[in-house]
Amino acid sequence: MHQSEFLNVVMPFKDKLYRLAKRLLVSREEAEDATQEVLLKLWSKNDSIGTYKNVEAFAMTMTKNFCLDRLKSKQAGNLKLVHSNYQEKGSLLDKQIEAKDSINWVQKIIEELPEQQKLVLQLRDVEEYDFDEIGEMLAMQPTAIRVALSRARKTIREKLAQKHSYGIG
Amino acid sequence: MESDKVEKLLEKYFGATTTVAEEQLLRTYFSQESVATHLEQYAPMFQYVTNAKEERYTKQLVFSPRKKNYKWLSVAAVAALVFGIYFGNDYVDKQRLEQEQAVYAYQETKKALSLLATNLDRGIKKVAYLNEFEQAKQKIYNIK
Repeated sequence: MHQSEFLNVVMPFKDKLYRLAKRLLVSREEAEDATQEVLLKLWSKNDSIGTYKNVEAFAMTMTKNFCLDRLKSKQAGNLKLVHSNYQEKGSLLDKQIEAKDSINWVQKIIEELPEQQKLVLQLRDVEEYDFDEIGEMLAMQPTAIRVALSRARKTIREKLAQKHSYGIG
Repeated sequence: MESDKVEKLLEKYFGATTTVAEEQLLRTYFSQESVATHLEQYAPMFQYVTNAKEERYTKQLVFSPRKKNYKWLSVAAVAALVFGIYFGNDYVDKQRLEQEQAVYAYQETKKALSLLATNLDRGIKKVAYLNEFEQAKQKIYNIK
């Protein structure tokens, strides 16, 4: 397979890989590196790419594994402390700012979720995969996915409600 | 969409039994301006997801065969090292042999030269007799 052919295969889902990596690794730079690394790995396997029935699902699984490995390694642990993509908001009472703040808050809540729930939420709500595809990517049963997804969504709802009733986190 | 329908969908959403299409409906509902007040609290969730979809991988993809090169570089380096040790050893051996030969030749030459020197010495002594003969001859001539 030539590079251009490979790029045609990879282009439609490279953003999905990146978003998944960013969901797990939080930092933008780390996620970019991870995406690059996964695509390089995929490229090095390009002889056998035709034999995978679903390259996209395979790439997503690779990304998931790569990121979880990164998180386990000490190196990533150090980086995690350095990077924080949150923005501190002042005490502006503008409603628009408040709405934006709430959206950032959702991101914080998702970051605190267990990794599996993060993965499921990302794959379902952001990437809109159905349960069978997610099952293939994460090697999970559909019922387990449903439970994880439901828990993740409910946790976000509860924490958001808390924030709204207390005003601040 | 009416708010009671939204409420039903939300209930399903939190039980994770909504379909992808229903979830899209929810996102569209919450992305509009007029959200029912009692449902406003859910809006950030769906707006966040809508925003999250927009993120793109903007870095240039590089497919340089850098890694492969490094792998072959090490192989080449090892090969060069092995050849170096193998032939280098040979070379050192040759050098040593040459040196030994040179020392041997030097010793032999020295021996030969000293032999020549002793012989020459003997020759000079014999020539001294000749000198004696010459003196005697002169004496004879002087008597005449």
